[in-house]
Amino acid sequence: MVMTMYTSNNLCNIRTGTVIQGKWHKHRYEIIKQLGKGANGVVYLAKEGRTFVALKISNQATAMMSEVNVLKRFSEVQGVALGPCLLDVDDWIHPQEKKIYSFYVMEYIEGDDLLTFIQKRGKEWIIVIILQLLGDLHKLHEKGWVFGDLKPENLIVSGKVPKVRLIDVGGTTIRGRAIKEFTEFFDRGYWGMGTRKAEPSYDLFAVAMIMINMCYPKRFERKENGREQLRLMISSHPYLKTYEKILWRALDGKYTCAYEMRKELLQCMQQPSMQTEKKRGERVVHVKEKKKFRWVETMFLFVCVLFMYVVYLYVQIL
Amino acid sequence: MRKGTLRQILLITDGCSNHGEDPIAMAALAKEQGITVNVIGVLDQDIIDEQGLREIEGIAQSGGGISQVVYAKQLSQTVQMVTRKAMTQTLQGVINRELKQILGSQASIEQLPPEKRGEVMEVVEELGETVNLQVLILVDTSGSMKTKLQTVKEALLDLSISLNARSGNNEFSVFVFPGKKGEVDRILDWTPKMESISSVFPKLTSGGITPTGPAIREALQQFQKRRSLKSLFTHDGDDDVYIEQSM
Repeated sequence: MVMTMYTSNNLCNIRTGTVIQGKWHKHRYEIIKQLGKGANGVVYLAKEGRTFVALKISNQATAMMSEVNVLKRFSEVQGVALGPCLLDVDDWIHPQEKKIYSFYVMEYIEGDDLLTFIQKRGKEWIIVIILQLLGDLHKLHEKGWVFGDLKPENLIVSGKVPKVRLIDVGGTTIRGRAIKEFTEFFDRGYWGMGTRKAEPSYDLFAVAMIMINMCYPKRFERKENGREQLRLMISSHPYLKTYEKILWRALDGKYTCAYEMRKELLQCMQQPSMQTEKKRGERVVHVKEKKKFRWVETMFLFVCVLFMYVVYLYVQIL
Repeated sequence: MRKGTLRQILLITDGCSNHGEDPIAMAALAKEQGITVNVIGVLDQDIIDEQGLREIEGIAQSGGGISQVVYAKQLSQTVQMVTRKAMTQTLQGVINRELKQILGSQASIEQLPPEKRGEVMEVVEELGETVNLQVLILVDTSGSMKTKLQTVKEALLDLSISLNARSGNNEFSVFVFPGKKGEVDRILDWTPKMESISSVFPKLTSGGITPTGPAIREALQQFQKRRSLKSLFTHDGDDDVYIEQSM
């Protein structure tokens, strides 16, 4: 029994218009285009009737099953949409190859990935998205999960009111176990700064690295001393420098929960150092207005007195 | 369920063997003894020749394991992925065997409806987290591997970070071939920690021959020795259960 680790080419080139019908549930999905490729499978945009869905297909039934398990658990968390909604799980018999592939169908989340979104809409959105993300991660951690493979590609910003959504749950792991899937740049083990145990602090390290990645869109490779290298990158970038203290607490695993980090980020934003310039500007305007107002007042009084004097003179002459 | 032990050989090489027994036969022998053989082929810029590629696939196939050919840069990611996937594969084989006992000879995980599969997968994952693991790593140090040894070292350290995050126990042992005098040299005896290889790796010299077959044979003997030593020290031999994949 040999397992090929990467998805076969046939799965990568499913043609537009191909209809995938499930072996068990008989639902029919018409393939529109490829959305992305992961280590475990390929994701396609598809249509079931009139609704658009995302369909992930793979030759690794086991890896797919564990992702489905995670998505099922996510849907149990009511009221908050942590990942995409799971719609269907089935097998597809490839008509030419006669081989069985597993697939699952999820809600299609339309939007840009995080890096593209920030490039389009501007840096001021970084902190908004990070705060949203930390809120979601907190809920996820409380339910006993750690996201694992946290990176900009797995974050989609969607909706008229931009809201970040987590997609690709391949790395999502039960708290306390070993992280299932990760990406080197965002992995604290790679940087020699911690274990690969699924704990909230593992995700928070990745959040800090996402902020760094936003400012250095071209990721860099680790050199001899990873920690020192990150120190340089952070202190030499004006945006990252504002959050230096918080970033380091996250990188060093000092936060026990996402909420803590969120709170400190909010506090950091309200600190005077960030807003002094603006406030000073406003104050100057106020003073000027007041001066003008006083001058008008003096003139008014002067005119009043003058008018009364004229009236007095007039009365006297008569 | 009693905790078992999985045994794997991980072969890291960049080409074809040219000395001693046929490595594909040795890998088949390993499989017979319940030991999985995984192979990682490391590329530079150059491409491995057809013959080398066939051998890499052949060893993994007859050793019941996984093979993967990668560029040196991706080695860390690959080493841990191959090891984890081979574990899952073996454990899945065990579960399949149990299923066959319960549901008849036709049953396997893939034949269950998707709803039921999820539950089985949870058991596989649970086992993967808690099972004990012995990995014997065989590193090819012949000629052209010389420039890749630094990367191999980093990949092995990375592997121990990944596996030590599990709650099951791990033991690693590292062998290189060709050895200084013989065909194979042991550079790290069974240990849960891999850090000590950092000091050994830079001193390795590379030889001309590539005795892949003899290296696998030597690895099998090491597993055997370990088994007999263990049964000497533990009074109830039942304690040590080796998990083997059913084919």
